[in-house]
Amino acid sequence: VSGADGPSDEARAERRVAVCFGLSVVAGLGLTLVYVLGGQPQAEGGLLFLALGFLGLGLVLWGKELLPNDPVTAPRGSHESSSGDREGVEEAFTRDQDGIFRRTFLLKMLLLAGGSLGVAALFPIASLGPTPGRALKHTSWAKGKRLVQENGTPVRPSDVGVDNILTVFPEGTGDDPQIQSDSQVVLINLGSAKQAVRKGRATWAVGGLVAYSKICTHAGCPVGLYQAQGSARSAHHLLCPCHQSTFDVLDGCRPVFGPAARSLPQLPLALDDQGYLVAQSDFTEPVGPSYWNRT
Amino acid sequence: VTRLRRGAGSDQPAKGEGEAGPADRTTKGGPPRVGIVSRVPRWVDDRLGVSNFARSALDKVFPDHWSFMFGELAFYSFLLLVVTGIYLTFFFAPSERAVVYHGTYVPLRGVQMSEAYKSVIDISFKVKAGMVMRQMHHWAALVFLGAIVVHVCRVFFTGGFRRPREINWVIGVGLLLLGIVNGFAGYSLPDDLLSGTGLRIANAIILSIPFLGPWLGSLLFGGEFPASSILSRLYIVHVLIVPALIAGLLGAHLAILWRQKHTDFPGRGKSEDTITGSRMWPTYGMKSTGLLFALCAFMALLAGLAQINPIWLYGPYNPAAVSAGSQPDWYMGWLDGALRMFPNVEIRLFHITISNLFFPAVVLPGITFTMLALWPWLEARLTHDHEPHNLLDRPRDRPVRTGLGAATLAFYSILLVGSATDILATTFHLSFNTIIRMLQVAVFAVPVMTFFVVRRVCRDLSRARVRPIRQPGSAVIRRDAEGRIVADHVDEPGSPADDENLGADPVRPNKDIRIRAGND
Repeated sequence: VSGADGPSDEARAERRVAVCFGLSVVAGLGLTLVYVLGGQPQAEGGLLFLALGFLGLGLVLWGKELLPNDPVTAPRGSHESSSGDREGVEEAFTRDQDGIFRRTFLLKMLLLAGGSLGVAALFPIASLGPTPGRALKHTSWAKGKRLVQENGTPVRPSDVGVDNILTVFPEGTGDDPQIQSDSQVVLINLGSAKQAVRKGRATWAVGGLVAYSKICTHAGCPVGLYQAQGSARSAHHLLCPCHQSTFDVLDGCRPVFGPAARSLPQLPLALDDQGYLVAQSDFTEPVGPSYWNRT
Repeated sequence: VTRLRRGAGSDQPAKGEGEAGPADRTTKGGPPRVGIVSRVPRWVDDRLGVSNFARSALDKVFPDHWSFMFGELAFYSFLLLVVTGIYLTFFFAPSERAVVYHGTYVPLRGVQMSEAYKSVIDISFKVKAGMVMRQMHHWAALVFLGAIVVHVCRVFFTGGFRRPREINWVIGVGLLLLGIVNGFAGYSLPDDLLSGTGLRIANAIILSIPFLGPWLGSLLFGGEFPASSILSRLYIVHVLIVPALIAGLLGAHLAILWRQKHTDFPGRGKSEDTITGSRMWPTYGMKSTGLLFALCAFMALLAGLAQINPIWLYGPYNPAAVSAGSQPDWYMGWLDGALRMFPNVEIRLFHITISNLFFPAVVLPGITFTMLALWPWLEARLTHDHEPHNLLDRPRDRPVRTGLGAATLAFYSILLVGSATDILATTFHLSFNTIIRMLQVAVFAVPVMTFFVVRRVCRDLSRARVRPIRQPGSAVIRRDAEGRIVADHVDEPGSPADDENLGADPVRPNKDIRIRAGND
């Protein structure tokens, strides 16, 4: 770049940068105005874009057009220290080491002290949560507990039409998210559809009504989608919306597709003397995702 | 009379009467004439003696290649995350306490929700600029991880991880892992239906760890899911513990980069012993600051116009509800896809169950990050290359490494596609079964094919010696006194003619002479 057009190029570049900064000023003032007038997300985002964007553009133009851009070459220097320095470190480290490394008994005692302190320091971690114990193995269901809807209303068999489902909880759940979480049950009316009833479960249904844990045995999402109708292969299927595990309700909620490896546990049902649905007992196996000692 | 003080940053020798060298620090008799540009560094150096460092800092040379910007973008996204995140902490309440909403967002009035969820609704609809700040924070998190992943790819495919830069590679892998962890912790905080479902799955993954699972789950969550401590714990993890670790590792990453200097692509005038580019001050600093503002500008535009994580549409978390189409943020997608695609087997031996989840959700990420971190040593073992390198490889010149990298990317991309099986099924009217079966085959077949195709393309390109991106240069061919023909570069004044490919390459006159334009 030389000659008569040099300065004018420079002047033009300077003008461009100045215009960018000017537009940034305008957008910044606009942003202030938007706040004063009560704020509006789209306008705030747009004006912030303009204010920051013109600032950035101005700086880049300044760097590209008004500052030296010829490549500069510099020596890298070496990654390592000089051999003198390396030897110096070694010398400094070994100079008085006898006082440490020859006292092996003291070193062992130090190790022991550190180790016991470390073990003792583990115990405060236990305060972070209760011992898992049997919490994972049982739920709030028990013999004679009524099935209630989310709002607390007890359920009669006539409340669930054929091919309908209803999410129910044990009576007295209230708003406890813990109970809502591990004791949620899906109540399904299969009508007269033919079921493959498992051994020992002949008395677990009330008419066409069956109840299964609503927690997917894969990763614990609520198994909320029910397909009542459809082809022979897809009717009466419960589907988990998280990872698409599919359970065949007519076959004891056996997993027929997706990553789940176990059937949904079944809740044994009965009727109390007032005609409401109750549980015969808790689930006979742990609900929800697997863990190493679940059996 | 212009009085210049000695050593005041001017090339001119100090003139004037009565100047007594550096010891003269007083400015009796009249106001100081030294500009602030000289006074501030002087004041600092009088106390800290850092001029030597400052000089080398200002003169530090940064290579200008575009692909070096991704690391900067990640760094700048982190700065933006910190700034917007601090703003959000003033309004967010990490509490599970149940409250009933009576605020400005009509569809949720009268709904029972946690205090955490309510505070995020208030940030979105009540706090001035809260919506823009919140959405900028979320978008910046997506870009932060995207920039890290692209940066890791750049370093991988060009061999930038080789000796002496192995430590920085490992730190980089740590930053990627911490970024993912903090992203997950962050989007779990609002306690909406989507994030609550994500936490439920995270809890199931922790439970799946053999022998330790139930303990770890109870300790981390404070009891059986959903337990009442998880939000306050995730909060401190998200705003203090992980960001502090990221800031520390980032500082170490930059300090090591500073000490070792950048790598650079080979080319004319480049050598293992020198570095070419722009100086930190003023050119590079100016352009890079411009990039910082440009990045923030685009985040602001997305925040204003592109809705992200609309928790008011998902509703508060309810353990018994879930919505279809639940997808995590993109950087968790590969894990979600792996969960969906893993076959439904569960190992049961001697009353011990190893959950199906353990393999895709614990073993796979474990292998992924271990392999990634150890890669510099694995490769050095395979290639027997233990030499230090400052000049990068062109990906095509390392066909096997490039092929392996491309295959790995293909593998994780298909896992990512796997997290969208439900969207694909409803969009294209296919059955889940078909899509999952196809992906289960593709996740192995496509990477293998990718490896062979990419390796082949690299070999052909490398052999063809085509350099599409590099500009052709010109050379003067002259004959020297001994009758040899010598090529000198003329298009770059001052560049040393020591190019490894052409340089002052003596060519015998009787041989077939190729006058090569460009660097080959």
